[in-house]
Amino acid sequence: MSASDNPFYTALALILGIDSGLFDIVALSLQVSLIAVLIASALALPVGAALALWRFPGRNALIVALNALMGLPPVVAGLCVYLLLSRAGPLGSFGLLFTPTAMVVAQVILVFPIIAALTRQQVEALHSEYAEQLRSLGLSQLRMMPTLLWDARFGLLTVILAGFGRASAEVGAVMIVGGNIDGVTRVMTTSIVLETSKGNLPLALGLGIILLTLVTLINALAHLVSEAAKRRLG
Amino acid sequence: MNAPLKTLSHSPVGQHSLSSVPALHFQQASFEHRGHALLTPTTLTLSGCQRTLIMGPNGAGKSLLMRLAHGLLRPSSGHVRWEGTPPVQAMVFQRPVLLRRSAIDNLIYALAVQRVPRRERKALALQALEKFGLASLAKRPARVLSGGEQQRLTLARAWLLKPAVLFLDEPTSALDPAAIKAVEEAVNEFHHNGTRIVMTTHDLHQAKRLADDVLFMYSGQVLEHTPAERFFDTPASSQARAFIRGELVW
Repeated sequence: MSASDNPFYTALALILGIDSGLFDIVALSLQVSLIAVLIASALALPVGAALALWRFPGRNALIVALNALMGLPPVVAGLCVYLLLSRAGPLGSFGLLFTPTAMVVAQVILVFPIIAALTRQQVEALHSEYAEQLRSLGLSQLRMMPTLLWDARFGLLTVILAGFGRASAEVGAVMIVGGNIDGVTRVMTTSIVLETSKGNLPLALGLGIILLTLVTLINALAHLVSEAAKRRLG
Repeated sequence: MNAPLKTLSHSPVGQHSLSSVPALHFQQASFEHRGHALLTPTTLTLSGCQRTLIMGPNGAGKSLLMRLAHGLLRPSSGHVRWEGTPPVQAMVFQRPVLLRRSAIDNLIYALAVQRVPRRERKALALQALEKFGLASLAKRPARVLSGGEQQRLTLARAWLLKPAVLFLDEPTSALDPAAIKAVEEAVNEFHHNGTRIVMTTHDLHQAKRLADDVLFMYSGQVLEHTPAERFFDTPASSQARAFIRGELVW
């Protein structure tokens, strides 16, 4: 294996060379996945907490559905968004197909069930411990929601990271709704697929190494923050 | 560890004249869970500003009675009613339930729930910490405090609510003697300020120290509700006699 065939060497060369094309790809990957996780969290945390606190007909069916959607294949999510956004689709007039926005939408759909379902579990466990005290203090269920979400924050950080892992790792959805257009919608995972199909395996692997490194860094950072806060707050 | 209670003046709103605590009526109130009658239809009245100790063996329904009185549970049949508007109440649980934040933030949280203006919260919280000997622990995470400190913190939180009625569900069952003493002093301090006390305990000595009247429960029934002296000297029921002698009664 010559030096240029070594994926680690390729990865290093890619990073050291600071190829502007690579930089764009990495930046878009992070941008799409982080925005998707942010939006999904904003929606899924309250929904998960509400599911934990309120009893209503159809609640169990909803929980089962959310749990099942955690395993939603990315290509299926991508296909649904594609149908919605394509010219003939109901939202076709916005012209969003093959844009980063469409990729964010698809990833929100993938990440939402994970965060909502796991939040429900975390908050429900905490609620069983807190319920009597909070009701004794006179809190309505609505006012319990922020309290429980805040007190479950360390567990929920892990939940959000799981969502981020899903978003940054998937390729099916962003490929279908983004189209892997060079300079517009090309992200790390779609580049890896492309380079693999071209037979450029060292480059594909090199990109994979960069992706893994970035995800590891983000997780390490979150872990450090949460450990520091935990030490401080017990 | 066992800091004596400082006799810090409680704000005037917390002072209840003895007559201001409304009476609580149980009217044929019962409680069932999955077909098991955990409380047989019970009629009783808790009135005045006394220290009522609920006693009885495990599973007699003491905690249940208290939760019905506090409104955490609703009776399966019958009624639990306050005379007039329900008073401000607080409850201290067997295992302290504290939020994952600092001691003082736990108190500030309770004040925020009561809609106390933001700028007054910190001073009030500090006052309560001071009163319960916790001032030096204000910034410590509530959940790493010792059991006794945690229970005193829940009492400080209850204090800030200025309750007319304070429910305590075996608040000392997991504490060492010094911490028990601190809790009992706090209970008396509440009572001194016009708060009605309703408390469950297993501990006969504690009941003798604190009780004005005793509610004796056995197997989901209230067998006796008598002044403390009479209960300890001449209990009416055979179960209560056995309980006081320390015999197993179930």
